[in-house]
Amino acid sequence: MESLANLWMGFGVALSPYNLIIGSVGVFLGIIIGILPGLGGTSGVAILLPLTFVMSPTSAIIFLTSIYWGALFGGVITSILFNIPGEPWSVAATFDGYPMAKQGRAGYALSVAFIGGFFASLLSMILFSFFAPALAEVALKFGPPEYFAVMLLAFSTFVGLGGGSAIKNLMSALIGFLLASVGLDIVTGTPRLIFDSIALLSGFNFVTVCIGLFGIGEILLSAEESLEFKGEQGKIGIRDVITTVVDIFRNWMTWLTGTVLGFWVGVLPGTGATPASFMAYGVAKQYSRYPEKFGTGVMEGVLSTQSAAQAAGIGSLLPLVTLGVPGSPTAAVMLGGLYIWGLQPGPMLFIEKPDFVWGLIASMYIGNIIGLLMCLLLVPFFTIILRIPYAILAPVIVLVSSVGAYAVNNRMFDVWLMLFFGVVGYAFKKLQIPLAPLAIGLVLGDMTETALRQSLIMSKGSLAIFFTRPIAATCTVISLFLFIFPSLRLAMPWIKNRLWTPQGGG
Amino acid sequence: MRKAEILTSIILLVISALVIYEASRLGFGWGLAGPQPGFFIFWLGLGLGICCVVTVLQLLLDRTILQGHDFIAKQSLPTVLAVFLPMVGAILLMEFVGFYIASAVYLAFFMRWVGRFSWGMVLLVAFFFAFSHYLLFEKWFLVPLPKGFLEPYIGF
Repeated sequence: MESLANLWMGFGVALSPYNLIIGSVGVFLGIIIGILPGLGGTSGVAILLPLTFVMSPTSAIIFLTSIYWGALFGGVITSILFNIPGEPWSVAATFDGYPMAKQGRAGYALSVAFIGGFFASLLSMILFSFFAPALAEVALKFGPPEYFAVMLLAFSTFVGLGGGSAIKNLMSALIGFLLASVGLDIVTGTPRLIFDSIALLSGFNFVTVCIGLFGIGEILLSAEESLEFKGEQGKIGIRDVITTVVDIFRNWMTWLTGTVLGFWVGVLPGTGATPASFMAYGVAKQYSRYPEKFGTGVMEGVLSTQSAAQAAGIGSLLPLVTLGVPGSPTAAVMLGGLYIWGLQPGPMLFIEKPDFVWGLIASMYIGNIIGLLMCLLLVPFFTIILRIPYAILAPVIVLVSSVGAYAVNNRMFDVWLMLFFGVVGYAFKKLQIPLAPLAIGLVLGDMTETALRQSLIMSKGSLAIFFTRPIAATCTVISLFLFIFPSLRLAMPWIKNRLWTPQGGG
Repeated sequence: MRKAEILTSIILLVISALVIYEASRLGFGWGLAGPQPGFFIFWLGLGLGICCVVTVLQLLLDRTILQGHDFIAKQSLPTVLAVFLPMVGAILLMEFVGFYIASAVYLAFFMRWVGRFSWGMVLLVAFFFAFSHYLLFEKWFLVPLPKGFLEPYIGF
């Protein structure tokens, strides 16, 4: 109960007028940053970090984390409305969110994302407030074999039950992994697959590729039918909010799985909201009663990813504060801030600077509430954007995306890359090669390979290590099953024929 | 559609061959203390190659698959090009005259040609867009955008 008293004190700090204003500004900025494709929450936090030097550390961290919450909320907006992921962790939201928008349910999709995400944040914050040190302990037990097994699981949920041809799913994932491998090898530092092109030395940036694949690709696709964006949508009235809340309650299992999974993935150092969002989507699809409907616009698709992403956002701060280990790239930037302000993250931080820690935790609650309110109020405004004529909107989207692509490395090459992947995305959609596995391969590729290599180094080349450690073994076995599942499904008729055809008659 | 599928598979097959070549150059066995850099990509390339081969075989052996589907319907091609080519032009323009001018021209062109807006509207929106982005990125976010040959004059 000491935690409760501390939390109360934290609220006192976070609710001071100055901090409240700082927090609101941060959330608003975060939403804008989240909307702009390419200008990510991580880079946004990094760019605005120097602004915080004039603030007290508590206010500074409130500001930065508010930006992060804003970006978590805001990233889904363009994902749903335009199929352009505003953030890496909103890519999965496009899978079902955009179809929903095309069906005229953009407002509903947005409210599912915001409200579901908010509830997820709430649960995560409670977990954070009361279980921080204990969870950090467990997270430390995860070694490379566990990481690899978890990645394998995430990836297998897509291949195993992906709609459409299993071969195409596999091809897409392999291409994604290959794209991730271009650049400098993580372990040895040797350049790989760059074919003497200096421009490719930094590899393919996930954001650039996704903006091209999903955003530009979608613009080209929409050009086919007619030159307009479909998906007029009304606003969110109180009735819609209530409907959304009711629907979320009805799908509480999806929401809970997404949240817990997301929170845990966030807590694991190095993995943040992005992998969490994909994994939650895959798991939700796998356990759904109608997996084939995922991708056509089911609310669970949006609920699962958004809950996971927001939960991971909160979870990634946990190891940062308790152990000084960033749980995600964005948390890593904040870690830099902590050092600059002269704070020493770790267990002592709770004891030495309780007002900082608990002020931070309290501001999470507040930041998320502000974010939710802002987003809900702004939804009618967002959906009105869809009514802007195509002739204005399409070029604007292309231009804003180009800025995002350019901002990655400050060179035009990435803009051309974006265009190239736009064509690829268009072509793949026509060929019915799914893009989701490609995105997953690209985002998880480096982590997966590193985990694999470290595991093999640990086991001196033996693959048995993935089966001898309990957590890793469970995940590996499930993944293998999911990989084999489609072949089993294809073979079923053949097996049935041989086994059950009545013998007799010659 | 069949042709498109086969063509894509062949392209990907060539790519996987390149990948395997690179993997053999880097070495894909056991290195000093762990897997060599080529290890991961070797298996990826191999997997991709096998998938492509299977796809091509499937299509060649069973001529009924995907018969009659068009890759791009004939009537869609003009509109897709109408969107695609200006995009390419805009980015090309960006290389030379910078983002702000290129975006204004692109937006104006598209609004006039596709949307058939009045010149007044066109100029207003195009200018507003370029100007607001200038403020947003150059002055506020401090993110430098390409400016082409005008760099010395309006860059900071």
